Amino acid sequence: MLKPLTALGHEAPQTVTIGACTITERFDLALASVAVRRGREKDLVKAAKTAGLPLPGPATFATGTPYSAFWITPEMWMVQAPFASHEDIAAHLKSALGDAASITEQTDAGVRFDITAPELAPLTERLTNLDLATKPDGFAARTVIDHLGVYLIKASGTDITLYGPRASAQSLLHALEVTARSVV
Amino acid sequence: MIINHPILGPRDAQEFVYLGDASLIARPDGLTATPAEMHDYVYLRDNPAGLHRELWYHEQGDRSWLVVTRNTVTHEITQVELARDVARQMGRST
Amino acid sequence: MTQSNRISGGQIDRARTLNFTFDGKPFQGHPGDTLSSALLANGVRLMGRSFKYHRPRGPLSAGSEEPNALVELRSGARTEPNTRATVAELFDGLTATSQNRWPSLAFDALSINDRLNIFFTAGFYYKTFMWPAAFWEKVYEPIIRRAAGLGSLSRLEDPDSYDKAFAHCDLLIIGAGPAGLMAALTASRAGLRVVLADEDFRMGGRLNAETHAIGDAAGADWATATLAELASLPNLRLMPRTTVTGAFDHGIYSAVERVSDHLPTPLPGKPRQTLWRIYAAHTILAAGATERPIAFENNDRPGILLAGSLRAYANRWGVTVGDRVAIFTNNDDGLRSASDLQARGVDVVAVIDSRIGGDLLPGIRHLQGAQVIDTKGRLGLTGVTVRLANGKTETIAANALGVSGGWNPNVNITSHHRSKPQWSEPLAAFIPGPDAPPNLICAGAATGQFSTHAALKSGAEAARQVAAAMGRQAPYVLPQAEDAPTRITELWHVPHGKGRAWIDQQNDVTVKDIKLAHLENFAHVEHLKRYTTLGMATDQGKTGNVIGLALMAELTGQTIPETGTTVYRPPYTPVAMGVLAGRSRGRDFKPFRLTPSHTWASEQGAIFVEVGNWLRTQWIPREGETTWRQSVDREVLQTRHSVGICDVTTLGKIDIQGTDAGTFLDRVYANTFSTLPVGKCRYGLMLREDGMVFDDGTTARMAEHEYVMTTTTANAVIVFRHLEFCRQCLWPDLDVQMISTTEAWAQYSVAGPNARKLLAKIVDQDISDAAFPYMGAGSVTVCGGLRARLFRISFSGELAYEIAVPTRYGDALIRKLVEAGAEFDAVVYGTETLGVMRIEKGHVAGGELNGQSSALNMGLGKMVSKKKDSIGMAMSQREGMNQPDGYRLVGVTPVDPAASLSAGSHFLDIGAAPTAENDGGWLTSKVYSPHLGCDIALGYLRAGDQKIGKRMRAVNLLTKVDTEVDIVSPHFFDPTGERLRA
Repeated sequence: MLKPLTALGHEAPQTVTIGACTITERFDLALASVAVRRGREKDLVKAAKTAGLPLPGPATFATGTPYSAFWITPEMWMVQAPFASHEDIAAHLKSALGDAASITEQTDAGVRFDITAPELAPLTERLTNLDLATKPDGFAARTVIDHLGVYLIKASGTDITLYGPRASAQSLLHALEVTARSVV
Repeated sequence: MIINHPILGPRDAQEFVYLGDASLIARPDGLTATPAEMHDYVYLRDNPAGLHRELWYHEQGDRSWLVVTRNTVTHEITQVELARDVARQMGRST
Repeated sequence: MTQSNRISGGQIDRARTLNFTFDGKPFQGHPGDTLSSALLANGVRLMGRSFKYHRPRGPLSAGSEEPNALVELRSGARTEPNTRATVAELFDGLTATSQNRWPSLAFDALSINDRLNIFFTAGFYYKTFMWPAAFWEKVYEPIIRRAAGLGSLSRLEDPDSYDKAFAHCDLLIIGAGPAGLMAALTASRAGLRVVLADEDFRMGGRLNAETHAIGDAAGADWATATLAELASLPNLRLMPRTTVTGAFDHGIYSAVERVSDHLPTPLPGKPRQTLWRIYAAHTILAAGATERPIAFENNDRPGILLAGSLRAYANRWGVTVGDRVAIFTNNDDGLRSASDLQARGVDVVAVIDSRIGGDLLPGIRHLQGAQVIDTKGRLGLTGVTVRLANGKTETIAANALGVSGGWNPNVNITSHHRSKPQWSEPLAAFIPGPDAPPNLICAGAATGQFSTHAALKSGAEAARQVAAAMGRQAPYVLPQAEDAPTRITELWHVPHGKGRAWIDQQNDVTVKDIKLAHLENFAHVEHLKRYTTLGMATDQGKTGNVIGLALMAELTGQTIPETGTTVYRPPYTPVAMGVLAGRSRGRDFKPFRLTPSHTWASEQGAIFVEVGNWLRTQWIPREGETTWRQSVDREVLQTRHSVGICDVTTLGKIDIQGTDAGTFLDRVYANTFSTLPVGKCRYGLMLREDGMVFDDGTTARMAEHEYVMTTTTANAVIVFRHLEFCRQCLWPDLDVQMISTTEAWAQYSVAGPNARKLLAKIVDQDISDAAFPYMGAGSVTVCGGLRARLFRISFSGELAYEIAVPTRYGDALIRKLVEAGAEFDAVVYGTETLGVMRIEKGHVAGGELNGQSSALNMGLGKMVSKKKDSIGMAMSQREGMNQPDGYRLVGVTPVDPAASLSAGSHFLDIGAAPTAENDGGWLTSKVYSPHLGCDIALGYLRAGDQKIGKRMRAVNLLTKVDTEVDIVSPHFFDPTGERLRA
């Protein structure tokens, strides 16, 4: 079998600590996009419920078992599940949702960084124009960080998750590091 | 500028790509349109000093195409709609 | 050196001493000093030389409006020219150097310009350096650049970094003087989310420079207490050292925070400055006012300052500019400077008041109806010549003169949306006009309300209004404060004598220059500015503009409002270029995109090329190869002989699904896809609506309602945007869903006669020609079960496949392919080889997909189906795009195989002159073909399809190459495609 590498090019995910800020690469999730097909909303909602797949509203992330999901565009969600159990997540979802949805594997489209800091605002206000202070936990949106389109999920007041383009994982981490160093 | 996205609320115009006159939605059928109709669709645009309906694409956001009604003199934005809804209102479907 | 001019009081920390140097000489100051206040405390009035005449100059002001005291700060790569000494915060170890002088500040050789001033009037450059034209760049410009200009650049890379940041608030308050502080207090107590920004390192604005009381406390103490309360509020952000530089649309403001400029070097990791983008629902502009001088002869000597600045140095910094001080004023505020200085024990020798009437200042020689007509002192003021009310003149010994011509409200930011300031007759000043940026309210001195009471009240009232607009109550209680009226009698210049009276000291614009501009009919305010340079450069005429305008009004017989004002634009004060770039410079200019084989290729010593943000392998040199051509020739021959591997991950991949996906593709592609069988792929040609070719690529049908489209690397983003436009705007109810999957899959091309043999070792399924025919596509597994996609497509003309695995396995797959290919002598090739093989095969790419070419031009006219409507189909049928003598794609070879071709060369008939009329087209792409052993090229040639076999010339007038060529089929290699189908 072929040996997988993380987006940063290592066998195991990396963690960077700068002051009180921790940036952790995540490598243990499978992703797929799920888009409802025309006129199949009811079928999808029903099948999703059975499958344990939440379908949250705009700008929202919702957790579930085994699937969590966030809204990315009208009638489309990004779905995540544990990689260990759902490596072929598209196949899992296809069998659960049938032809009510268009499903596309996205596991390796992105690099995921989880960022934790007791005070996130000084960091996030240097990374994104989103007004995160006023957003509830579970807020999810696409934004621009260091010229890159990035999905940002506000997990809590001290934790955010970023999904950036995988090919630019090193550039994105570099931007996160220099910004973290400028606010420690 | 700030565009008040119908779904996502106010977002910085920097996240959008501008296309131009929303009349681009009114595409004639290429098999039946006369050359003159097609020419007008492809090349003729109004350039008003005042309210202008124009297409903006939320490329760094949710990828929605929007119809933004903007005053080209003051930059005041008076209305923002999903282009998809506008297209449907114009009778476009499949 | 002692601080001989330091007097009592001020907001400096006398317990600590800071050492600094100016022009190499050591001095001492205190925390809280600016460079200017510290130099003045040390008796240094001379700080620079003027722009044009090299006149000795000292500071005119105590703030950001400073035109004169421009110095170079720091040294080496951190040297910053044209820094205003009046706002440079003093730190221990600061080094400053004067500018625009040689050999020294006190003796400047080019001060000869001052003697030659009659030549250097307005329009001097325009009139003098007219001819010969060839002299401009070689002679005139270097001379002017050396003589004029102020500071110089270090020409070293800036070692500091700069951040960009975003702030959001209900209310942005610009300026932390009495109005701004009161507004902040009122709004933040009401629960609004407030940002309070001030350019100064010490907030409080004029309260720090005045002796007024607020309530029971000194104004400066009230400011300190208020700031302490504000600092404790979680909903208020204090931003000192932060200049709001511009107002943009919909409540967006730019601001520059000087994070580290008050430190010798930024702390590790910290930026020098941060550029803020502030999103404000509402804004209160409380930017205060700027004093303006009066023009009189020799009014530019060191020691002549604005009267309000003179008292600011005394009150805030405990500094007097001289020990014999005179004041020249046309308004009551000037009198305040005399009183304040006298109260601090400074000898005020005279107050020259241009007005008659009113109370006389007690205990001071108050000369009403008098004017200063001249001054003395070469390197610093020694005396002022006064014309008394009775017409007699008197020279008064003085080494400091405070001048007040009134105050200009700082309306600048209200003008950033092109609002024109309005003239106020009673204030003799411009005040904010209508059409200021929406949701911006002005308060305090920025509106022309100059008393402390009025500032506090208008600040509170503005905040109350903002709170009300947001549905909140914001009650306030005003503390007691002075409420003196503004009394001023216009006096712009003292008409006396033949000497020069300065209006704009930074640009050396004098009363004479304004008169000359008028004489030569440059009377419109915009012409006046450009002809005389009035109001240009770092101070943007903050002290001089209104005087110049008033003078022009006098000359033209118009009123000042009729004369108009130039509109202020951002930035409010000069901004370092570095902060606009932020982190995006050098290696971090833009993010990189790395391919899955990047690590492996780096290990092989690959040469990379930037393609958009991607770094792609360009070629991989082997030991002994000294030129890129050797590597590329080897890669081509090895691929054509056996097998080559290339990373093609960068091509855009778009997943298109839905029951109408086929219909959708039929409409966005010129050719048909709904008929494509599942498990097959097809080359697709995408047009723009105007009929020109937009993009191309192969699209595979993976299942009944599931396609995977590929785009060119360069167009991946704009094709996706276009498809979304078609989906959402043109056919909103088609059942189509799309998402980009470019980076989700690592994709390699395996091409060459041994491609199948190599892949058969890796792919788990049967991939024989029967099982996986030409243009086949589908899901397979590799290396014992890993899901993968296989496409039998070729860009090289060889038997070829593209194999894709989830990106995390991409590194392992390239290693596996190389290992498995060893027995076939497989080679990994880069974009150069890709280019050679596609040109040998006659495939169009960048040079041909130039946005100006149709399918017909490319020889692909038959691909455009006329049986269905598709984007661009109708327009591609236009008569003008279907002429028989239009451009057609051809191949080109040199008649002499040793001759070289160059892309961009034009086709000419043998013997034809190289003129536009004879131009037959051009070479779009050129490579050396190791297969043919000569240069080959593709080109667009008029009626090229009828000229195959013809001999022509390829002429490049730039490189002076004129080569005889044969026009051939663009398919140089395997024209029948036998190898593809092998």
